[in-house]
Amino acid sequence: MKARVIVTLKSAVLDPQGKAIEGALRSLGVSGVQSVRQGKVFDVELAGNDRASAEGALKEACDRLLANTVIETYKVEFAE
Amino acid sequence: MKSAVILFPGSNREHDAARALKLVAGSNVNIVWHGESELPKHTDLVVLPGGFSYGDYLRCGAIAARANIMGAVRAHAEKGGLVLGICNGFQILCEAGLLPGVLVRNAKLRFVCREVFLRVERADTAFTRAYRKNELLRIPIAHGEGNYTADETTIKQLEAEGRVAFRYARADGQIDQADGPNGAINGIAGIYSEKLNVLGMMPHPENNIEAQIGRTDGRGLFESLAAALKAAA
Amino acid sequence: MIPNTPRITPELVAEHGLKPDEYQRFVELIGREPTITELGIVSAMWNEHCSYKSSKVWLRTLPTSGPRVIQGPGENAGVVDIGDGLAVVFKMESHNHPSFIEPYQGAGTGVGGILRDVFTMGARPIAALNALRFGNCHHPRTRQLLAGVVAGIGGYGNSFGVPTVGGSIGFHGRYNGNILVNAMAVGLAKTDEIFYAAAAGVGRSIVYLGSKTGRDGIHGATMASAEFGADAEEKRPTVQVGDPFAEKLLLEACLEIMKAGCVVAIQDMGAAGLTCSAVEMGAKGDLGVELNLDAVPCRETGMSAYEMMLSESQERMLMVIADGKEAEAEAIFKKWGLDFAVVGKTTDTLRFVVKHKGVVEADLPIKELGDEAPEYYRPFNETPARPILTPADVPTSVTLADALEQMLSSPDLCSKRWVWEQYDHLILGNTVQKPGGDAAVVRVEEGPKALALTTDVTPRYCEADPFEGGKQAVAEAWRNLTAVGATPIAVTDNLNFGNPEKPDTMGQFVGCVKGIGAACEALDFPVVSGNVSLYNETNGKGILPTPTIGGVGLIDDLSKTMTLAFKAAGEPIYVIGKTEGWLGASIYLGLICEREEGAPPPVDLVAEKRNGDFVRALILDGLVSAAHDVSDGGLLVAVAEMAMAGNLGAAVDSHCNMAPHAFWFGEDQARYVVTAAHGQGSEILRRAEAAGVPITKIGKTGGDRLILPGDRSIFVEALRDRHETWLPIYMSSMS
Repeated sequence: MKARVIVTLKSAVLDPQGKAIEGALRSLGVSGVQSVRQGKVFDVELAGNDRASAEGALKEACDRLLANTVIETYKVEFAE
Repeated sequence: MKSAVILFPGSNREHDAARALKLVAGSNVNIVWHGESELPKHTDLVVLPGGFSYGDYLRCGAIAARANIMGAVRAHAEKGGLVLGICNGFQILCEAGLLPGVLVRNAKLRFVCREVFLRVERADTAFTRAYRKNELLRIPIAHGEGNYTADETTIKQLEAEGRVAFRYARADGQIDQADGPNGAINGIAGIYSEKLNVLGMMPHPENNIEAQIGRTDGRGLFESLAAALKAAA
Repeated sequence: MIPNTPRITPELVAEHGLKPDEYQRFVELIGREPTITELGIVSAMWNEHCSYKSSKVWLRTLPTSGPRVIQGPGENAGVVDIGDGLAVVFKMESHNHPSFIEPYQGAGTGVGGILRDVFTMGARPIAALNALRFGNCHHPRTRQLLAGVVAGIGGYGNSFGVPTVGGSIGFHGRYNGNILVNAMAVGLAKTDEIFYAAAAGVGRSIVYLGSKTGRDGIHGATMASAEFGADAEEKRPTVQVGDPFAEKLLLEACLEIMKAGCVVAIQDMGAAGLTCSAVEMGAKGDLGVELNLDAVPCRETGMSAYEMMLSESQERMLMVIADGKEAEAEAIFKKWGLDFAVVGKTTDTLRFVVKHKGVVEADLPIKELGDEAPEYYRPFNETPARPILTPADVPTSVTLADALEQMLSSPDLCSKRWVWEQYDHLILGNTVQKPGGDAAVVRVEEGPKALALTTDVTPRYCEADPFEGGKQAVAEAWRNLTAVGATPIAVTDNLNFGNPEKPDTMGQFVGCVKGIGAACEALDFPVVSGNVSLYNETNGKGILPTPTIGGVGLIDDLSKTMTLAFKAAGEPIYVIGKTEGWLGASIYLGLICEREEGAPPPVDLVAEKRNGDFVRALILDGLVSAAHDVSDGGLLVAVAEMAMAGNLGAAVDSHCNMAPHAFWFGEDQARYVVTAAHGQGSEILRRAEAAGVPITKIGKTGGDRLILPGDRSIFVEALRDRHETWLPIYMSSMS
């Protein structure tokens, strides 16, 4: 089973890299961009086909390592 | 005095820390591999040195914080043992939950290596007794992710409990967050744990200990530790 | 069985950068048509980068030996004895083109490569330096390239854990399409524990260490053959990605494995990785090498022999392991989490044999691959001499004060703090003098010895007169080391030029090498390592000739080093060396008069030696309180730099016998500015007279401003502000 974990900064946390990218887009003349927040993507392959246990494993992975929940939040998407 | 400097893959200031401990504190120093599960017997002080443990991949300090040896470090801290995390060591302590908050990218997004002014916020801990309260130190920093941040409650609590160890200051001793080297909240450069036995700090006192190399403002921290451990023995 | 597909066509040969006659020579050497893998191997071995085919005949003319030299050019790095059983191991190398394509990774892997060269010899890196050249500051790519290169150098060095202590940066429109990134690494080893590339012993295991092999940097052309399909471009990223973390582990593992006595020979996999390293190990040791590619740790699937032999994946090494030590070596590498694989053995056949999936993909004579590489005595035109400009040829209406302010806040002379603060220059706790001085000073172990380090070249002089420019690059490095109190002991050179097939460019190369040779000879300053980077050319226009010199000096007692900062008020300021007001090819002429012309200042090597030895003795005997080499911008710039560093002003005297702009901004060589330590002025003058060294008092320290003759005075603080802010302001306007 394949899953994608997306880790982003919590909305209240300042994201200077996102801000810099936002500024760069503006100066490149890409119009209509209001704001940019940077994050990380993890593509994970899981053994077995049990969605519930995969969700459990990924939640544990995020809470224990992939995200720092002091500043980051995450979501998990499964490839259908 | 017996110190354990923990060596993670990618640590790179372990020798600097060991040299300061030996030279200034007269400590016996063991370099301890991250894969170990015990600290050497009778370890008084654990030092998590600077560097780029695991390449700072994922997040700085994140992978090291989950290394095998960290169980023993945690136990040492819980017993009231002294733990010092410098730079990457501070990041590791935060990731391990031994200190609150987190260090994020410098506000200007660049690595910065320079001598800064640090204000000593209290001079009554095992780490700072050789200094005076509000003394201004000149100590170098060398980091790309030293911007301390935490939620408002945590910051309030740290301030209320007197757990800010050092702040980045201007030459006149005033604190100006916007003027700081990395954007840290309230100019925070180092913080203590609740029991004041764990200190995490971004600046490198271990690099300012010898007159022939530069300033010696970092010596006080190691002198304090030696005195505190001597008094405790 | 030797595979014979794809067939080698003239197009394929050309795409591999081999000339028809070079290919013919190769076919005659092996007596048959080569395989595609063999073609790849020979193209790697015989290209300019590996074979030095255009430069070798000239490089041989350089002085490379001396009483301290343990290893000269030809190994991974040069090795020089510094006493007490220790040696300094160092080299400089370019990573110009990759840095232009992808500045962060290009510069970072440049640093990684040169660090590997040093620790391959058994040395622990103790310092890194660099020399950078960018295009005109108004060129649209310059900011982005500068930001990326600096971040890349810092990103690699900081993480690896070596202090980046010095360097130089310049700008000129001739680098618009070809920036220069020259990285230098310096390490320390015990003289009896140096490791070399030459393999020894038949039947020994050849071991692959470090990171896995991917399709990084395979330079071969996009071949429209069956084997290399349409997705070839995607498969072969031309930019290598650096992993300083892996390199740090590789360093620790290599030094541990060496200490354990496991290593017979070791070679870094640099350009054309496995090919060059394996051939060099065998050829230098008069042995054959047989590789079994099935054992090579690969990061990607389905890699062909061709790809594996030409991959430039970073952070990899090849070693010949001592008999019976394989298990011990493997355990050390596994501990550090690195790949370890026996990929071949040494043989007595003098053949280079490469097997993959049971097929012999290559079977070549190993000595000839290296030794029989083509060697060219390329035709060259000597650069015509430029006219000598007298001060009268350089009319000016700009005042001294205005010119000084403008020069110190110009791209070439402004403070480079914005750059070096992004480098960790303090790690290891031995940095005695950080960037910003004449030379960096790094303590050796616990002292009292120290090393002085610098990189120098003045490309506009080399362009104007290659011979004098080559001499000047060496002389300036020698002076910078001298000015901190060091005895210069050896150099590494990094020769960056345009297309050597053009006689004018080749003439620049020849002239510069001759100049370097003359200066190194006269100053007892042997060349112990180096690198040549040719074809730095875009749209037919080459870079300024840029032979960067990395100089190393020895300090016996670091308490006697000198800095350039003014120390106390009321001290007399002297210039040592003769001032004639040479404005040709000067910064003043270029920046203030917007004229790039005239012959550059000649370098009198006898005067250099005499004046430098004189200044060094003054420093060691404690007679001076500050010393600074006079170079770009001339005397007044030197004085202003000393004032800014010491936060102390000075009043300078008028010198009526010469036009003020020539006196203060001329760039005559062999000069230093010193201040006399308390009460030592007369002793300095007495000594100068005795030694026949020209000396002139030019002013006195004191106050908070520079007081200029017949002109307004300038507050030091205000001058420093302009000096320090040009670069940050320039960089902050980056899109």
